[in-house]
Amino acid sequence: MRQPKIIVVGGGLAGLMATIRVAESGVPVDLFSIVPVKRSHSVCAQGGINAAKNQKGEGDSTAKHFDDTIYGGDFLANQPLVKRMCEAAPGIIDLLDRMGVMFNRTPEGLLDYRRFGGTLYHRTAFAGATTGQQLLYALDEQVRRHESEGKVTKFEGATFLSAVIDESGVCRGICSMDLRSMEVTTHPADAVIFATGGIGAIFGRSTNSVVCTGSAQSALFQQGVDYANGEFIQVHPTAIPGEDKLRLMSESARGEGGRVWVPRNPNDQRAPRSIPEAERFYFLEEWYPKYGNLVPRDIATRAIHRIVYQERLGLYGKAAVYLDVTHIPRETLDRKLEGILEIYEKFLGVDPREEPMQVFPAMHYTMGGIWINGQDQATSVPGIYAAGECEYQYHGANRLGANSLVSCIFGGGLAGPAAVKYAAGLQTGADSSSSAVFEKEKKRQEEKNQALISNQGSENPITIWRELGDIMTEHVTVTRINKNLEMADAQIRDLQARYQKINLSDLTKWSNQTLNFARELGNMLILARVVTLGALARNESRGAHYKPDFPQRDDANWLKTTRAKFCDGEIQLTYEPVDISQIPPRPRRYDAAK
Amino acid sequence: MPDQHTENRAQKKEVVVRVKRQQSPKEPAHWEEFRLAWRPYMNVIICLRDIGEHPVTSDGKSTTPVSFDSNCLEEVCGSCAMLINGKARMACSALVDQLEQPIRIEPMSKFPVVRDLSVDRQFMFESLKRVKAWIPIDGTYDLGEGPRMAPEVQEKGYPLSRCITCGNCLEVCPQVNQHNPFMGAAIFSQVRLFNMHPTGKMHAKERLSAAMGNGGIEDCANAQNCVVACPKGIPLTESLAEVNREAWKQSLFGWLLG
Repeated sequence: MRQPKIIVVGGGLAGLMATIRVAESGVPVDLFSIVPVKRSHSVCAQGGINAAKNQKGEGDSTAKHFDDTIYGGDFLANQPLVKRMCEAAPGIIDLLDRMGVMFNRTPEGLLDYRRFGGTLYHRTAFAGATTGQQLLYALDEQVRRHESEGKVTKFEGATFLSAVIDESGVCRGICSMDLRSMEVTTHPADAVIFATGGIGAIFGRSTNSVVCTGSAQSALFQQGVDYANGEFIQVHPTAIPGEDKLRLMSESARGEGGRVWVPRNPNDQRAPRSIPEAERFYFLEEWYPKYGNLVPRDIATRAIHRIVYQERLGLYGKAAVYLDVTHIPRETLDRKLEGILEIYEKFLGVDPREEPMQVFPAMHYTMGGIWINGQDQATSVPGIYAAGECEYQYHGANRLGANSLVSCIFGGGLAGPAAVKYAAGLQTGADSSSSAVFEKEKKRQEEKNQALISNQGSENPITIWRELGDIMTEHVTVTRINKNLEMADAQIRDLQARYQKINLSDLTKWSNQTLNFARELGNMLILARVVTLGALARNESRGAHYKPDFPQRDDANWLKTTRAKFCDGEIQLTYEPVDISQIPPRPRRYDAAK
Repeated sequence: MPDQHTENRAQKKEVVVRVKRQQSPKEPAHWEEFRLAWRPYMNVIICLRDIGEHPVTSDGKSTTPVSFDSNCLEEVCGSCAMLINGKARMACSALVDQLEQPIRIEPMSKFPVVRDLSVDRQFMFESLKRVKAWIPIDGTYDLGEGPRMAPEVQEKGYPLSRCITCGNCLEVCPQVNQHNPFMGAAIFSQVRLFNMHPTGKMHAKERLSAAMGNGGIEDCANAQNCVVACPKGIPLTESLAEVNREAWKQSLFGWLLG
């Protein structure tokens, strides 16, 4: 009786959930992660996780959560899976609760729920303002337990290089690199689940962590794993500008009553707290009376950009607006927002309880990702599954706050059993594959490394990366203009040519971060083109994708999923219809009730 | 703080940084100095990245980028713990303007060096396995809601759940050294966390037993360096005292109560 074997790449919420489900079914699982799994980027998520438990007497329901999500996503998401996610969400909260997540509690000892963007209901469960951390740690602890029982083998400090795909186009395992020894090895598996997260690094600076490069997704794309809706990039409205990172200021600050404003008079030099109410422009509240400060992120970001770049009302002439929590009672701030206020204080030396925070939008999340089917997280290559932010299914054209944590755990929870079922159903497993196919892939990857090490060029990979980030942030985020997108793509192709001439400043064969970064950079450049070309082609505005030259949503021509394929070294865009079987599209407005 | 920045900007200040380098575990360590251009709100990670972009020492010698661990850059992942001016702390929140120059950067000393500032903290993760730092749920299938919990219990537990396993508390603990496998304050604080949870409480005995013995709670000598060093302000000495008390009760009376 053949024992199947599963590999999971990526140890954030989605990857860990998949790992737990596989381990529970009795199938051994190898878990690969660049960093020790509890240091994954999921740890940065702040505000909370959505579920329509209806414990606030508001008449909330999973149907309302479903409608809020589809509406918030501007009708681009395939509806059946989103509905399943919303229906599963209450059970997910219960599970995490049982695992010991220290969610905030009500006086009756039940979980507390706060309000979040794009909804009028209190359905976001939270653990202070560091919810992603507590959720990630709970799953990390469960995996550690399975690991101690011999069901999970961790490969931390290892990065994914490529999939091992046999002659019939079936995935039989992976090729990875140990980040200390720099050794390239292959690992057979009957199915591989990718949960490799976001792609912030291609924008230079973002709210993402260092490992969020999209390199794994790009490598898979180059091997025939299609990528969908890449052009849909979420720019979070409130982040702290910084040279190394744009540190997220959670939507929960607004959920607890935080208000966004600028002085009405752009030349007002007064300290913010001395500016009287009448002289403050609470622009989100005035422009969107129904949802106010809790409009969805794309709406808030465009509003802030309009205030700064068109109305020229940015603070002290800078690209910044106030996020003010000074009016909120201390006790509430301490109990519900401490984690994020601490970040502002530590990195800027200003206490947000005393002085309004200065924030500006930042690239934050990708709604687009690896194409997966509408049932079980399977990609376009047999044996390859994807879950979490790295896939595209759940958020349409714009993600609602606090829906990401649900979609990661839900998708990971589907992918695990699906991969096991697929693996068990195989006629021949990876252990029957000839070693030649593994050897060939290993050799191919070793040659790539060797080529980088021996390259005699003069280009610095970090310089190329900075330029990529500048191009992407300026032209491919909030406001998209076709002329600029064409230019951006040409510039990225220039960078690709310069990439052929890079010179590594570190040629050692031990713990060489420069070599790894150079590998990732090559992949980032290709993914950046997928995002840019998708944006160029889509001549409408929908959710986070905004073209002032095509300012309306165009369902007749564009209610479709962009599906990018890699053919003979070229990026080809195809389109698929969207499943709108449950909720017919209607106009998306947040100034009035939906 | 704005005044300091204006002053620094006016002087076109330099930042002088000295890094203890070590190419690999078996090679000897040596110091290198770098001169960097000052910018506002600079932190030690930015300094290390500057060196990476232009790896030339202050006497013009070409060298390699500094190897270091980082991920979140906002003190929630626990990656970037190191010694900065002799103090164990996170590099991302170590602001240059608050540090005396030249800034001395070294790897933590209680963990084996991998390369430069990157060390191997696997010992902590093995310790977490040893003390069964998890809630042993029956399975991920639907069993309805979890147990109710008083807000006061959550308010005690939540701070403990913010441990990022950075290693700072082990670094400053005199009981953590080559000759003593003392697991460190962070681990015992996790024991306290899981023992206070309604389900976790059911397995407190097991956890406490695991927290005793070789490298266990009895080796805490109350130096109290840990609580000062913790970047998340976790009440570590409170946790150590509670776990010590519970462990003592268990070993003394456990046999009596069966």
